[in-house]
Amino acid sequence: MSALTFAPCDLPPAAEALRAEVRAFLTEELAGYPASKRAHSWVGFDAEFSRKLGARGWLGMTWPAPWGRDASALERYVVIEELLAAGAPVAAHWIAERQSGQLLLRFGTAEQRERILPGIVAGESYFCIGMSEPDSGSDLASIRSKAVRTDGGWIVNGRKVWTTYAQKSHYMIALLRTGEAGESRHEGTTQFLIDLSSPGVEVRPIRNMIGDEEFNEVTFDDVFVPDAMMVGGEGDGWRQVTAELAFERSGPDRFLSAFALIVELVRFASALPPDMAASAQMAIGRLYAHLATLRALSISVATRLDAGEEPTLEASVVKDLGVTFEQSIPEIAQQILGLAPRIDGGSEFEKSLAYVQQACVSFSLRGGTTEIMRGVIARGLGLR
Amino acid sequence: MTDERNMIAETAARLFAAHLDTAVIEAAEAGTWPAALWDEIAANGLDRVLVPEEKGGIGGSWEDAFVILRAAGRHAAPVPLAETIGAGYLLAQAGLDAPEGPLSLAEDVSRVPWAAQAVQVLVGDGENKFGVFSLAGAEITPDRNLGRDPRDGMAGTAEATGDGDVMAIGALVRACQMSGAISQVLELCITYAGERVQFGRPIGKFQAIQQQLAILAGEAAAADIAAQVACRALDRSGDALFEIATAKIRAGEAAGKAAAISHQVFGAIGFTDEHHLHHLTRRLWSWRAEFGAESIWAKGLGRLVVEQGADSLWPNLTKTI
Repeated sequence: MSALTFAPCDLPPAAEALRAEVRAFLTEELAGYPASKRAHSWVGFDAEFSRKLGARGWLGMTWPAPWGRDASALERYVVIEELLAAGAPVAAHWIAERQSGQLLLRFGTAEQRERILPGIVAGESYFCIGMSEPDSGSDLASIRSKAVRTDGGWIVNGRKVWTTYAQKSHYMIALLRTGEAGESRHEGTTQFLIDLSSPGVEVRPIRNMIGDEEFNEVTFDDVFVPDAMMVGGEGDGWRQVTAELAFERSGPDRFLSAFALIVELVRFASALPPDMAASAQMAIGRLYAHLATLRALSISVATRLDAGEEPTLEASVVKDLGVTFEQSIPEIAQQILGLAPRIDGGSEFEKSLAYVQQACVSFSLRGGTTEIMRGVIARGLGLR
Repeated sequence: MTDERNMIAETAARLFAAHLDTAVIEAAEAGTWPAALWDEIAANGLDRVLVPEEKGGIGGSWEDAFVILRAAGRHAAPVPLAETIGAGYLLAQAGLDAPEGPLSLAEDVSRVPWAAQAVQVLVGDGENKFGVFSLAGAEITPDRNLGRDPRDGMAGTAEATGDGDVMAIGALVRACQMSGAISQVLELCITYAGERVQFGRPIGKFQAIQQQLAILAGEAAAADIAAQVACRALDRSGDALFEIATAKIRAGEAAGKAAAISHQVFGAIGFTDEHHLHHLTRRLWSWRAEFGAESIWAKGLGRLVVEQGADSLWPNLTKTI
């Protein structure tokens, strides 16, 4: 087996210095932004807010000039965790900044970077991910949406689902079949940058169980995609997607999605009668211990990533632990307080609980299910 | 890791590998003091890692102590090494001298680790003070914890008192030991799952087993870093109550899960007396409960968090030490 290695790491002084600046900005920008909205975490969409972050230089800060300033990934880590802890509405730029831009930096052409990256760092250009299909969820290699060569480009047909905020995005990075899957099943896929305003693209929101329209079904009907929009190499889709998914593992978004609810839980506990306060304190102490530990693990992985290492196993472990933790929070709140969540009336705490109770079922699905994640960990441990 | 810490880690690993095997553990659990093992530990000064150099110790840090305690936990070492290290630290902090020989550390006089073998015990009073009791000639009522390590009753009068939090230091050393034992349990499980064949293939090829071992790996990681963070915090600030509480809570929870998962993976063979697994899991259950179970620490930590207020939660989690 490859040994798991986690050492506690300090964030560098430059990152800590940035924290105060970000925190002051958020205090001002989010004054009066209610807990029940904060509870939406990185699903909260506010283009105006994303543009303000762009103006501050906090989007794509780790990218090279002229787009970013080559900041350390640990500086970005601090910005990200402060945004998440505050429950800031970061969804508009989230995918673009977290993974699409990085993917283009790594595999895109100079022309693609020049065309796309300025919009991302300005907080004005939004992306969605085109991976899952109606018949391809966890088994991503089985995708059937395809791109077929034509003069000067490709004709795309097929359907992508669960594409978060496709209806508000400008581009999709789509994984499409361009050849036979082969024996490994990982051949014959290619990533494309698809302009969602192209003729033949239809975006239909899929209302989720909370009643919100976040994810979508995107249908491609003979959509023409120019050659210049292919990302990376033909047939390299699987390898690139694997790298892309690694960007999103083990970050603070994997354990802070329900942080706003914890804050409200602490607020609520301070006003409880003594007979209930004791059990609430016990639960809160445990939540604190888990949070502090997850953060230490996450920073440990981030530090190694920043040093150019590839702690893939460790990153998967942190994602699994983090998701399991954040998913358990409404359960704990219900167990100790016995509150009946309400949707319209009630306190901010009750409304936050109502939202997270429903949203949390998606925590262990998005970005790869817990079961797939644990399979990845098992491979890292040498079991597969 | 620093060179010195690497050296300490190598010394500890080599020493335990050479002087501690299943036979030694079994003999110790049956009541035979593992004198040869202890003498090696003492000869290398591992038990005095936190005693200042001018007082005959190594003058190391809690991060150094971590690598020793982790190794001791990995090997289910049936000796009061954690207690001696913890007591050495508390005595030094209180300006008292640590006598020669194994020391003990106890939350109260009803469960003193190795009372018959240790020369002196520090007993907490629950109020950030401890009493120093000589164990030579003390009246002892033998008892054992689940690890079958001595946890004896004792009668006597304190010879001296000092300032220091026995519960916190005891909790910290137990968290370090648990992190070691959990990592060893994980390794045993992975090896076994690769060797044990059922239905024509190693059981580690089954998703049901893979999923459980992935959970166990996460628990091992959490216990490991929580204990390290607490050691580092204590080195840096001298007050690491949040971090120690976190370590004891998180490692304790991981211990419970690790024991359950590992026994499920090993099946009936792991339930037999002849198998090594229970040397680790029985100790995990006891270490989890000693010096304050998770419930005690979680309640104390939660009360502090609630008192400091909801808006202090994030600043608290991100404060630099």
